[in-house]
Amino acid sequence: MTKTKSKVHILAIVCVLIFVAAAVWLLGKLLQPKYMSGVLEGAMTAEYYEETTNHDVIFIGDCEVYENFSPVTMWEEYGITSYIRGSAQQLIWQSYYLLEEAFELDSPKVVVYNVQAMKYSEPQSEAYNRMTIDGMPLSSHKVGAIKASMTEDEDFISYLIPLLRYHDRWNEISSEDFKYMFSRDSVTVSGYLMRSDVKPMGKLPSAPVLEDYTIGDTCWEYLDKIRELCDENGATLILIKSPSQWPYWYEEWDEQICDYAEKYGIDYLNMLPLTEEIGIDWETDTYDAGLHLNVYGAEKLGHWFGGILCSEYGLEDHRGDSELAAAWGEKCDAYHALYDAQQAELEEYGYLKSWTLGDKA
Amino acid sequence: MLFTSYGFIAFLIVLFALYYLIPKRFQWILLLIADAIFYYCAGWQGLVFMAATVIVAWASTNLMGKSLAQQKAYLSSPSGKELSREERKAFKKEKEKYRKRIFILALVLDLGILAALKYTNFLINNVNSLFSAKLAGVDWVLPLGISFYTFQTVSYIIDVYWEKVEAEKNIFRVALFTSFFPLLIQGPISRYGELTETLFAEHKADFKQISFGLQRILWGYFKKLVIADRLLVAVTTLCGDPATYTGAYVFLGAMFYAAELYADFTGGIDITIGIAQVLGVKVQENFIRPYFSRNIAEYWRRWHISMGTWFKDYIFYPLSVAPWLLKLSKKARKSISDGFGRKLSVYVSTIITWFLTGLWHGAAWNFVVWGLLNAVFILAGEEYKPVATRFRTKHERLVGSFGYRIFETLRTFLLVSSFRILDCYRDVAVSFKAFFSVFTDFNWGSAFGNLLNIGLTAGDYLVAGIGVVMMFTVSCVQEKHGEVRELIWQRKLLPYVLFTLLTIGILIFGAYGVGYDSAQFIYNQF
Repeated sequence: MTKTKSKVHILAIVCVLIFVAAAVWLLGKLLQPKYMSGVLEGAMTAEYYEETTNHDVIFIGDCEVYENFSPVTMWEEYGITSYIRGSAQQLIWQSYYLLEEAFELDSPKVVVYNVQAMKYSEPQSEAYNRMTIDGMPLSSHKVGAIKASMTEDEDFISYLIPLLRYHDRWNEISSEDFKYMFSRDSVTVSGYLMRSDVKPMGKLPSAPVLEDYTIGDTCWEYLDKIRELCDENGATLILIKSPSQWPYWYEEWDEQICDYAEKYGIDYLNMLPLTEEIGIDWETDTYDAGLHLNVYGAEKLGHWFGGILCSEYGLEDHRGDSELAAAWGEKCDAYHALYDAQQAELEEYGYLKSWTLGDKA
Repeated sequence: MLFTSYGFIAFLIVLFALYYLIPKRFQWILLLIADAIFYYCAGWQGLVFMAATVIVAWASTNLMGKSLAQQKAYLSSPSGKELSREERKAFKKEKEKYRKRIFILALVLDLGILAALKYTNFLINNVNSLFSAKLAGVDWVLPLGISFYTFQTVSYIIDVYWEKVEAEKNIFRVALFTSFFPLLIQGPISRYGELTETLFAEHKADFKQISFGLQRILWGYFKKLVIADRLLVAVTTLCGDPATYTGAYVFLGAMFYAAELYADFTGGIDITIGIAQVLGVKVQENFIRPYFSRNIAEYWRRWHISMGTWFKDYIFYPLSVAPWLLKLSKKARKSISDGFGRKLSVYVSTIITWFLTGLWHGAAWNFVVWGLLNAVFILAGEEYKPVATRFRTKHERLVGSFGYRIFETLRTFLLVSSFRILDCYRDVAVSFKAFFSVFTDFNWGSAFGNLLNIGLTAGDYLVAGIGVVMMFTVSCVQEKHGEVRELIWQRKLLPYVLFTLLTIGILIFGAYGVGYDSAQFIYNQF
């Protein structure tokens, strides 16, 4: 082969590689689920990176945090700046890596971890893993979260190259995929996913008998890591059990958490027996019969827990800080606008059409 | 390590890079290391059986080779030359007897491993059903590609015994020949003399060959991931419930399976030959557009060629000249008729060869029946030959027409697709019942109306359809002009454009990743 021919071939190979790489990136962007309607939870992780101000409180955990606490209430009533880094079925190792990342971007004084997910000591579901991890930018935290979370059938590389995971969505592509290819709307306010519909709690099923109530070693290992991470960063760790009535929280699990908290001098708040004190009315404050709180319940819990954070943990009232007040002012506006929009939908359709997959909640 | 796994792609990239970076004299050693890694990933137990096969092949061929060399040396030495004709004959006979013993022992050991691991349960099940016994089955792991590497090694032992090739003294080279990883999954079953010419050679990076190899790998992945694994869903649905899917569904299933199997097997072979080509190793073709065949015999000269020639060279030919069969043939010529006696050895050899071919495909009666059906139709074709020749002479114009060619091709295609129903259902009675239902259950309307309820969407049909049309077009071009890649190579930028499009096509439309049951290559299980 002549030198000129070789140069042409090399140039062509480079062009092919660049073109394929660009196509893979663009197609990945296009085919990745956007979570802008129906299931919104997958869009939550990425929203944290849009935050411009610091937060005094970071919540980590599953739906029992991102649907049960209203950060806007805590701001409006106490001037507490908080963010919920929650995601659907967030497993404890995912909470750890999200927190590790949060400490790099933020400097929280208090970290609140909801212990419900400690019942899972092994990776559970690919779909939930994706909803938590896909939104994280590439970093050592993301790599750690992927490695810890992968189920047997998953491949590490498909987390880094989304096209490898979502290529089969070519068959179901919609206008939403094009619209939100490069930027997405916010689905939460400071990590809180609002639901303002109501479905009173009925009779809950009886708790199934388990073979073993021991919390797994992996969970303790990651709880240790979370505790140490908080210590290293000078933050106070609070363990909570959110007041959701289902899935069942067993006495045996509670005792193990209590023992751990006592051993390391950590505060543990089981809110299940405190619902009356908090003021939760299970007729009006839940949107799915006791599994999660709706906005009315979340505001009551925000009011109650905000009070504790101020009185017991000495969190500062930032309402006088103009920069924070401006940022939170926008959040409050968005929060109330969202509430109004949901009310309008409830009035029009009788259920939340844009916030559900069409099922009457 | 599946050919379709990300791990395998990474393994290939590292291997290709290292292969051309290290000194050329170490290239074959690198391949052997790669084989060991590849095979170890499929389970360390498999390595033990493969090592046993290699040791048997190496030891037996070297003992035979040494004996032959001694024989030749002695007979050409002064003391050997002094021997009388009878003494020389006796000496040769004694040496041959020794070699035959080694040869038989080697075959028993190598084929014994295969037979024990693959056919023990088949034997136990048959004994249980014949004698109402309750023998327990065994739970032995079938090493990856055992049928392929055993046949390859056996061909080497036979070739050394027949003095066609010389025994390889280096056991590691025998190991490389036995375990060359691209061939392990589904062949081609290569011959020592052909493969090792380039396998042990030193290779300089050749841009054109590497480019051709990569194109072929990509084309293989396209066939496997975009077509075969997509159609697999429909085939599994239709064959998984033979009670519901009868009549037209059986026909549809057979058609889908024909496309799936072709895309799967030829796709796998494309990947295999492509990998070998990138490494500078020449591997024989295993398919020559078999669906263009005009009769069963031609089909088997075009489909899985390496297996067909293996059975022809090592079973059919030796059998047809076996003394016992010649004797039987002679007897038949005398007692029945001259014509029958003359054909007898060919017929018996054909039936035995196809019985064993069926058994090689799987330890089950459906494969045996499938093999025998092929034998029956091939022999019927032979019997029909005089009639066909008369017809062809009489209707020369008609026979030479394009329409008649299409008729013959379609007839052969439908016939082999019908035989494959036995492979789809894996049960003789169910297969025959399903086949006959095509002629009794006229549910074409409901079958076509239900096309979207058998696991494929309209989009899937579109993609699979385009894929099949692409395969067909490439085959037509190959049939007419030969090597397609040579044609592409002549157009300056076309190879790069096709490479890009094919890569993106596979990445988007391939049936891989979570949500897909990444299917093993179908021939891997044989």
